[in-house]
Amino acid sequence: MTFTFLILAVIILGSALAAALRPNLIHCALLLVVSWLGVAGFYLWAGAEFVAFAQVLVYVGALSMVVLFAVLLTRQSRAELRVDAPETRRAVWAVIAGVAVSGVIGAAVFATKWDPAPVTAPEVTVRGIGLELMGAHAAALLLLGVLLTAALLGAVVLAAPDRPEKEEKS
Amino acid sequence: MIAAALTPDSFLERLPVLARDTVTGLLPESWCWLAGSLLEIIAILAGFGLLFAYLTLAERKILGRIQNRPGPNRTGWFGLLQPFADGVKALTKEDVVPAGADRVLHFLAPVVLVAVSLLGFAVLPFGRHLVAVELDTAVLYFFAAGTATELAVFMAGWASHNKYSLLAAMRALAQLISYELPLLLSVVPVVLVAGTLSTTKIVAAQGGWSLGFVPHWHVFTPWGAAGFGLFMVAALAESNRSPFDLPEAESELIAGHLTEYSGFKYALFFMAEYFGMCALSGMAVTLFLGGWGAPSALLEWIPSYAWFTAKLLVLLLGFIWIRATLPRLRLDQLMKFAWKFLVPLTLLNLANAAGWSLTAGWTGPLQLVRWAVALSLVAVPFVVLGRTLSAGSAPRTYRFA
Repeated sequence: MTFTFLILAVIILGSALAAALRPNLIHCALLLVVSWLGVAGFYLWAGAEFVAFAQVLVYVGALSMVVLFAVLLTRQSRAELRVDAPETRRAVWAVIAGVAVSGVIGAAVFATKWDPAPVTAPEVTVRGIGLELMGAHAAALLLLGVLLTAALLGAVVLAAPDRPEKEEKS
Repeated sequence: MIAAALTPDSFLERLPVLARDTVTGLLPESWCWLAGSLLEIIAILAGFGLLFAYLTLAERKILGRIQNRPGPNRTGWFGLLQPFADGVKALTKEDVVPAGADRVLHFLAPVVLVAVSLLGFAVLPFGRHLVAVELDTAVLYFFAAGTATELAVFMAGWASHNKYSLLAAMRALAQLISYELPLLLSVVPVVLVAGTLSTTKIVAAQGGWSLGFVPHWHVFTPWGAAGFGLFMVAALAESNRSPFDLPEAESELIAGHLTEYSGFKYALFFMAEYFGMCALSGMAVTLFLGGWGAPSALLEWIPSYAWFTAKLLVLLLGFIWIRATLPRLRLDQLMKFAWKFLVPLTLLNLANAAGWSLTAGWTGPLQLVRWAVALSLVAVPFVVLGRTLSAGSAPRTYRFA
């Protein structure tokens, strides 16, 4: 079991590191997908099937597409896909931002009091997951929904033409 | 003898399982699990590999017949050896990689595509005792496994270093991500009503007959019929089949993301397309057409895997028929169709299914009300939305036809 975990950790961290270091943006995006798959594998290892498959569906299926779309739509040519070595200023800011984020997450992790897991795995049903989401975590779900809707509306506003186009004759 | 053959657990029914157990019985105890799994994998690979080979032949024959020409008929009897001739041809052709291509991704794309398109078969119940992996979250697994095909198509298009390939990759991304939504949303009602994500339990929920001959398949309920139709349309788009084959529209993009592929890599792309089509059809059979269930109690003596195969073949022939019938859509029509027509209808269908499962206890005249409400919830939005969206463009006048 520990051996599997170590392999998964190497895959997740290795591909994430490679994604950060590769000069080619498309390679970075695809390596990030490998990292996400590794995270899904970790969930499987931990026995959370539902979360693992949802992770693949959302991250590998949808989010990767958004990343690739963003890369392809913002670059004019293949030459621009190369990323130059970072300047010192940018590198310093990147490190500061990274440390800050991991500080916040780490503080949250260490501040939480973890209850030891029950000896027998609980019976997980779709109904149970649904009830849990709509009951105990309804507020978080609604907030996420509002956030995503706002993002969607923002995208529509940005992408829509300023004046209505003429009706297309087909 | 006949009585024994009529029971659901007849010899024919258990034959594949018995064959597997005979082979694994020869091996020591600790190897049984591994050998059993390997045998299942080999059976799926061989079965669907052969199905792929003869599906290409059937497609060429049927398309030929519909277009008033004989189709391949020179290799073997009636052209029956054509798939193998094609295989040899693909294997012996030169493998060309463009000079500017991203060599690693160019090689990885077809491999990843075939690998992930095979994953879905693991959770399909082919018969009463025939499911390779029993998962509680099988439906979720199936669609999660299918999503990586989009990435592979993108990799192929981008790595080829060819503008047609790249355009095709962008089209494929836009199309797959748009149709993923109606595909998943049309599955949700089934999960809602059956109350489970396990494919075997969904099939079990559709067992039994009313009056002995009307099976309780989901397709025979108003929401199920609508869901089946929506699922098949989205599945057609997800497997890049005509009329949604824009990524490889040969009249505009040469061969789309396949332009720079030759030899066996090209064949692998085709294999993946047919595997994807088979897997999605198998899922449709499982979700809406009662899986391996027989259509009548009198026909239950025919083994369950035969019923599954029959239903699968009917759906696959439907795919081929549609390809021969419908012209290709334009990209803006494709997007409009997904977002303005399919997504609203699938959302309404979800509400319809929720209402259906809430009113499950209604009897007598209330049953009629239930059916009328559910049917109108399917028909009215379909007609209204269709009329509104096609206003101004239909009926068409063909001036030069």
